[in-house]
Amino acid sequence: MLHPTPSLKETPSQTAGPYVHIGMTPNFCGIGGVYAADLGATMINGPVEGERISLELRLLDGSGAPLSDGLIEIWQADANGSFVAPTAPNSNSVPAFTGWGRLPANEQGVMVFETIKPGRVAGPDGALQAPHISLWIVARGINIGLQTRVYFADEAEANADDFVLNKIMDKRRRETLIARREEGSPARYVLDIHLQGEKETVFFDF
Amino acid sequence: MSGIILPGADGLLFQRDRAWHPSADTPGYKSTTFRAPKHSLLALGPTQSEMTGPTFGHEKLGALDNDLIRNFSQDGTEAIGQRLVVYGQVLDENARPVPNTLVEYWQANAGGRYRHKKEGYLAALDPNFGGFGRSITDENGFYHFRTVKPGAYPWPNGGNDWRPAHIHFSVFGHAFAQRLITQMYFEGDPMIWQCPIVGTIPDKAAIDQLIARLDRQNTTPMDALAYRFDIVLRGRRSTMFENKLEGN
Repeated sequence: MLHPTPSLKETPSQTAGPYVHIGMTPNFCGIGGVYAADLGATMINGPVEGERISLELRLLDGSGAPLSDGLIEIWQADANGSFVAPTAPNSNSVPAFTGWGRLPANEQGVMVFETIKPGRVAGPDGALQAPHISLWIVARGINIGLQTRVYFADEAEANADDFVLNKIMDKRRRETLIARREEGSPARYVLDIHLQGEKETVFFDF
Repeated sequence: MSGIILPGADGLLFQRDRAWHPSADTPGYKSTTFRAPKHSLLALGPTQSEMTGPTFGHEKLGALDNDLIRNFSQDGTEAIGQRLVVYGQVLDENARPVPNTLVEYWQANAGGRYRHKKEGYLAALDPNFGGFGRSITDENGFYHFRTVKPGAYPWPNGGNDWRPAHIHFSVFGHAFAQRLITQMYFEGDPMIWQCPIVGTIPDKAAIDQLIARLDRQNTTPMDALAYRFDIVLRGRRSTMFENKLEGN
């Protein structure tokens, strides 16, 4: 065929609706006995390198109300800045660190991921990006999943040079992606995600 | 070692056609009022962080994970309702099949009721229907599952809005930036065209892409009707050396 161009359009998104937890975290909803565990609930399955952290995210709407029907998935590199290799189709092995987590919001709109602090990965300009975790957010009232990132407050130097953060022209808005660190064992990184309002989080079209 | 499959020097994803998708703020669907971001999305090409993504082995699935007629039943009693096989192919925008990717689905029961503590619709629960399942696509990108046809149901939005019969789908692809959630509707259902959530999609041709087709050829005789629903994920831009492309 001459001049072939992409022939198909992406399937349009629709909201995840108010019951996304049924389909994606059924055990959390009290619908047990079908899946042994909710997928993505555990990211660490064995000895892993790196600093263990709790990533505490809270989802808020434009009126300040928590999104108790929301859900967040995260994807990140390991402590060395590498992403987990794709699983072989017939493999039953689970990597010690999966790099991927999925949690439903609780009544307060909060999700706490038990993970490790990621290393740095290369950016499109060849320079290393600051350590970050990718987020994908869905809920009732969100027509297409929202893409954003979490950065770390104690990485100020790396954050200052980060390819993505530096694309945010209004520097004040960069702060919407930076989680504050609270010392403890493990350390907690805490960030509110505002869908709207003065503190609206920066969302990306990657 | 990094496990990414970056095909060539470019090989990034096609930009999302945001005019094909619903916009964030759609007043006809009231839940978007306080949940739609007001700032524009910051458009950036995907980096390594978005071009990689989680994958799942077939062995993670249980034998009944793709059988909603039986997977919640305690004693083998089957779910009530019109029996269906829903199947289709996951492709990318280049029409390449997407193999070995996780497809998840959830739905109301035949009466239009979800199994959820916050669900208030008066239609009865079916004690043998949980309402969710999952598949991993085969080497050609196909998935299939058995279920019952979900009922239409009323919901609090306008004074008397009804959702058409639908099944929610979640699909991964092989890059985190391909992640997609959508809903499947049924061919010929007049309820589709009066739904405020369907109406968030501006283009009728895009809506048509969400309507599964009745497939009489693949009907299971004396058992179940078949519906086909293909799903298209973002495609990867070609490089000069097409034959070196790997993955989808």
